[in-house]
Amino acid sequence: MKIFVMAFKVLKSLFRRPATLGYPSVPREYYKNTRGKISIDIAKCIYCASCQRKCPAQALTVNKLEKKWIIDRLRCVSCGYCLEVCPKKCLAMENNYSASALKKEEEVFEGA
Amino acid sequence: MNNPKRTIVPFGPQHPVLPEPIHLDLVVEDEKIIEAIPSLGFVHRGLEKLVEKRDFIEFVYVAERICGICSFIHGLTYCLAIEEIMGIQVPPRANYLRVIWSELSRLHSHLLWLGLTADAFGFEALFMHTWKLREKILDIIEETTGGRVIFGSSKIGGVRKDISAEKLSEIVTKLNRYAQEIKEITDIFINDSSVKHRLIGVGVLSKQDAYDLGAVGPSLRASGISMDTRKLGYAAYAEIEFSPITETSGDSYARCRVRIRELFQSIDIIKQAVEKIQPGELEVKVSGTPKGEFFARTEQPRGEVIYYAKADGTRFLQRLRVRTPTFANIPALIKLLPGAQLADVPVLVLTIDPCISCTER
Amino acid sequence: MNQEQKLMNIEIKDLLSQIGDYYRSGHRLVQIGCTKLPECLEINYSLDKDYSFTNFKIKLEDLDLEVPSVSKIYWGAFLYENEIHDLFGVKFKDMAVDYQGNFYRTSVKKGFNP
Repeated sequence: MKIFVMAFKVLKSLFRRPATLGYPSVPREYYKNTRGKISIDIAKCIYCASCQRKCPAQALTVNKLEKKWIIDRLRCVSCGYCLEVCPKKCLAMENNYSASALKKEEEVFEGA
Repeated sequence: MNNPKRTIVPFGPQHPVLPEPIHLDLVVEDEKIIEAIPSLGFVHRGLEKLVEKRDFIEFVYVAERICGICSFIHGLTYCLAIEEIMGIQVPPRANYLRVIWSELSRLHSHLLWLGLTADAFGFEALFMHTWKLREKILDIIEETTGGRVIFGSSKIGGVRKDISAEKLSEIVTKLNRYAQEIKEITDIFINDSSVKHRLIGVGVLSKQDAYDLGAVGPSLRASGISMDTRKLGYAAYAEIEFSPITETSGDSYARCRVRIRELFQSIDIIKQAVEKIQPGELEVKVSGTPKGEFFARTEQPRGEVIYYAKADGTRFLQRLRVRTPTFANIPALIKLLPGAQLADVPVLVLTIDPCISCTER
Repeated sequence: MNQEQKLMNIEIKDLLSQIGDYYRSGHRLVQIGCTKLPECLEINYSLDKDYSFTNFKIKLEDLDLEVPSVSKIYWGAFLYENEIHDLFGVKFKDMAVDYQGNFYRTSVKKGFNP
């Protein structure tokens, strides 16, 4: 019968470096595949609004007359469905999360 | 007939030990429980009605987000139901990848449960060490799919992402190393005398009761009935050798042991799947709309989940009904509680592994 | 998934005797669900034994008709029947534990059956 098993474990971990990361002073390293925020190359967009129709969270608005592509960052869940349906392939997914927001506003991208 | 010694103690919905809100009204006489009445509905989102507004291809993303812990298997079961109605054959490589991700999901869910149980009887150091191990499994999942808990990798007709062969062998090497660390921690759960004092003999569910009340998952297998929905053979499980894990005593200690042994069984299943996987395509193209009905059954970490889908030929499904395993385990919980002490109630509620956000969709 | 699933339509008056026969032969209750079709409501009962799956369906045209409850045979059925009562408005007779409409406290009553 072993005794003091948990006590030894706790003592050992007292003298090792911590298992947590000192975020935010130490930046977090993301993997290549991590799903983060959506970005758009606005010069290639043709404003067909397929991404607006297919978004499961209804986070996109496309305005053809004024040539604007608007995304609500707080509604987007980074599923990546808009990337698959875009006919011009102008959407891309970066691998870091968008910064925290202080108030509810949407991000507007305007084309030429 | 008013017995003056009885009081009614409300338990939850806010309680430090519960991961999610559930309410129980306990009728207590001098620290012993006489009766318990459950009350649900605190996180009811009405997700079954959303199926009228999102078409059947987009709904995978909603089905995955019904629950945060068992999310991949919800998406997988929805895809199985629609694929069976439309008669789609998924390529074999996609089936093996689905098995690997399901077993990774089971690993992280059981480690989460072990940590919460240690926290429920006050053993916080063990809780932290168990969750440190869980972080390593979440890192493997994030490298392969992109998200830590919501995988986002199932679609109707196959999977969305691939895992290369060298990444698969790297996963097996890492899991072999982690298996040693997992064994050290789970030996503490099995052998430590203070843990045994809190779990042995508490909350005994007899074999006949477990079957009649409709319990599923580890709560059923710990009472001696050998029933595991993975034996039905969906998604490449037919080619993998394993047998359901059972224990006979039916108390909380037996339920803990079943989940610990399932951890090692999952690592073994992942190793078998990595040996047998062949290169091939990842998905099949889907065209047309579904018409028909089907019941799809799979095994989540908590038990058997059933998706009933009924479609009538348009892009929107007519009905989608989800029956999650915690919903079937609640009558068993109500029968377990009478006779226990009031201080044992948090541990008993956690041994059936409640995932209330699944239960109330 | 390649196991057989049987689907049978039965009448309301045969419900208790059929479910009783299956209980005595060793089946367990899996779920009770309800679907809203354009002309009526359909309630389905699922039973399982050793991985084989059987379903019964009953059709309900009139909401004032009371369906007999199976919670005398399977005690765990009271949760499913209370949920169907709160979301669809179906009345059940002699439930084992009756919440009388307070199981899910939503702001819109009978939300799935407007």
